[in-house]
Amino acid sequence: MRLEVGNIFIKDVQFGAATEVKSGVLYVNKDELAKIAGSDDRIKSVEVFLARPGESVRIIPVKDVVEPRVKVEGPGGVFPGFMTGVDQVGSGKTHVLKGAAVVTTGKIVGFQEGIIDMSGTGAEYTPFSATQNVVVKVEPIDSLKQHEHEVVVRLAGFRAANYLGQAGKDVKPDEVQAYETKPLLEQVAEFPKLPKVVYVYMLQTQGLLHNTYYYGVNVSEIVPTFMYPTEVMDGAIVSGNCVSACDKNPTYVHENSPVIADLYAQHGKTINFLGCVITNENVTLMDKERSSSQTAKLVHFLGADAAIISEEGFGNPDADLVMNCNKIENLGIKTVLITDEYAGQDGVSQSLADSTPLGNACVTAGNANQVVTLPKMDTVIGYPEVANVIAGGWNGSLKADGSIVTEIQVITGATNELGFHTLTAKTV
Amino acid sequence: MSKRIVHYINQFFAGIGGEEKADHKPEKRDGVVGPGMGLQKELGDAAQIVGTVICGDSYFNENLESCSATVLDMIKSYNPDIVVVGPGFNAGRYGMACGTVAKLVDENLGLPVVGGLYEENPGLEIYKRYGFFVHTANNAGGMRTAVPDMAKIVKKLAAGEEVTEGYVQKGLRVNYFAKDRGSKRAVDMLLKKIGGQEFETEYPMPAFDRVLPQPAVKDITKARIALVSSGGPVPKGNPDHIESSSASKYGKYSLKDITDFTAENGETAHGGYDPVYANLDLDRVLPVDVIKEMVAAGEIGSLHDYWYSTVGNGTAVSNAKKFANAIAQDLKADNVDCVILTST
Repeated sequence: MRLEVGNIFIKDVQFGAATEVKSGVLYVNKDELAKIAGSDDRIKSVEVFLARPGESVRIIPVKDVVEPRVKVEGPGGVFPGFMTGVDQVGSGKTHVLKGAAVVTTGKIVGFQEGIIDMSGTGAEYTPFSATQNVVVKVEPIDSLKQHEHEVVVRLAGFRAANYLGQAGKDVKPDEVQAYETKPLLEQVAEFPKLPKVVYVYMLQTQGLLHNTYYYGVNVSEIVPTFMYPTEVMDGAIVSGNCVSACDKNPTYVHENSPVIADLYAQHGKTINFLGCVITNENVTLMDKERSSSQTAKLVHFLGADAAIISEEGFGNPDADLVMNCNKIENLGIKTVLITDEYAGQDGVSQSLADSTPLGNACVTAGNANQVVTLPKMDTVIGYPEVANVIAGGWNGSLKADGSIVTEIQVITGATNELGFHTLTAKTV
Repeated sequence: MSKRIVHYINQFFAGIGGEEKADHKPEKRDGVVGPGMGLQKELGDAAQIVGTVICGDSYFNENLESCSATVLDMIKSYNPDIVVVGPGFNAGRYGMACGTVAKLVDENLGLPVVGGLYEENPGLEIYKRYGFFVHTANNAGGMRTAVPDMAKIVKKLAAGEEVTEGYVQKGLRVNYFAKDRGSKRAVDMLLKKIGGQEFETEYPMPAFDRVLPQPAVKDITKARIALVSSGGPVPKGNPDHIESSSASKYGKYSLKDITDFTAENGETAHGGYDPVYANLDLDRVLPVDVIKEMVAAGEIGSLHDYWYSTVGNGTAVSNAKKFANAIAQDLKADNVDCVILTST
């Protein structure tokens, strides 16, 4: 499966009369975007804001971040199963508004969601302080239940992103990158001397407000399956969760899945990248045993010599990570794990809830309990008071002067376990 | 301007006296005293020992609260940039005092602390996170290597440099931004692992002490049963004052006169969960009522005369191991066949 990704570099975002890309600037017709994002009778109102790198702007609570993309050639469309039918995606041509992002916010769904600061200390911890953000604030109708509220906002984000993505359809990309993974036997034959690598892509599926979707299917309902790496570049995996926002994967991160990008960078040079096994992180022991066994079986069946295993979330999913590691290593396949840590605010406690001596190659995305002070921002899009209730904050996190004292757990993408950011930790 | 150092030592190294003077009250003297002389020589112009605080080891440990306040005030009075403690070698009470001073300075003044202790000095394990402690020999004969090792770290700190080696790891996980993003680091690590090259994990996974369950009891009607809990079930009033978190002890209590817990005869000492329901009826944490009924009905063989209790909340694994060893000896001596171990 071969996909050409055409990146259109977006250096600035502005409101304009028509939604279009001109000389690297994304112009947004505010009313049209609000109308399309809000086309759901469970939505009461939609407001649109812009937040650019370096501005004194805070977005809180952040539900999802989505990159605008559009299918130019080939089957299917972006976000299959939600926006565009369920045709197989991952081949042909896709254009990307690289540097732009849709950020969804609005009344809090639960105790979840994150913070994005566009400048100051917080900006260092989130990768989304570097994107030109189109912020879509979605308010649902009264009395909408939590789980439905989450669905409504999630879909509004995808509609907004796909609407903006259309603006890139006829624009000549600034760069084109091609990615290809062939059917297994051909792929193995192409680089017969290189070690064969599979990516085990663990997805958060712990139930209500903690789910992830593949072609519209809740991943908690799947048995582990094979995925061509290019599928994510067309939005095959989308986020339905953001509790403890530091280590949950916004849809944007799946679209730009970093392990996939960095394995492709070595594909044909030092490794033969065979593809991905996607698996879930369900809460019952039976589910964990089944999924880890099936994952190990698939990785082995594909003929992998080595695998990277990335986790999403912490605590309970640590058990899934350890099971995947043990079962894959015990088949003689070398693993590297990506996780993050909850070592306490003082950094003293053990960082994971489960452990294995076979997990001897571990990349950490940092200690989520680290406390930081986020300075006051001139503009707050959303509801600053939720800083006191979202996971990682506490009653009193929001100070009278508008600053926030909190764990970095609340910052969207701070300790992302797909390895999207540079934060890490060491023992001193 | 050279950095200002305050040095903490005990009565012995100050030349005041040995065990007979261990009740010496805290005092401060300007400039160097005892091992401070050697230290100052090593430091040269890099830093100046402006004052020395001295306290008897027994006095410090027996008057922890008042002594801590006094010693901290004395240290503060010199307006230091760095505080040095010891070296305390393998002296137990001196090690604890050095560690306590390190903690006081770290938490209250936010200043770096440099010390030296023998690897088995109990003060090291407890307080290493509060300072840069170098490994020393187990007695004062090791002064000649301890002082230069400590001086090396003081000099680095005085120069504003990051200290990355030459001390016992504090065991703290600290965040920093790496050059490459996590996914790139993972791919690099994988390439090394595949190639059989050396690689360094970013998080050495903890070694969990996994205990295999014993085979099932063959005949429970003949078995001798004991009750042990980390849920903090204690007689009303918590007579041993077991801590609500980070327990330093366990309790052993007679089951002789209790057939049923009520709000009058039991409570929990545990601070990590809502105690209301445990305090109303402690059988919810330790099922004494049911066990006693089963003994009476002949459904189980017999009951060990005592229950053992501690608080699992925030309690260090090292302490938990110590308690378990002691409790297990007791149970073995009484020929207990199996234990009902409740948590929360």
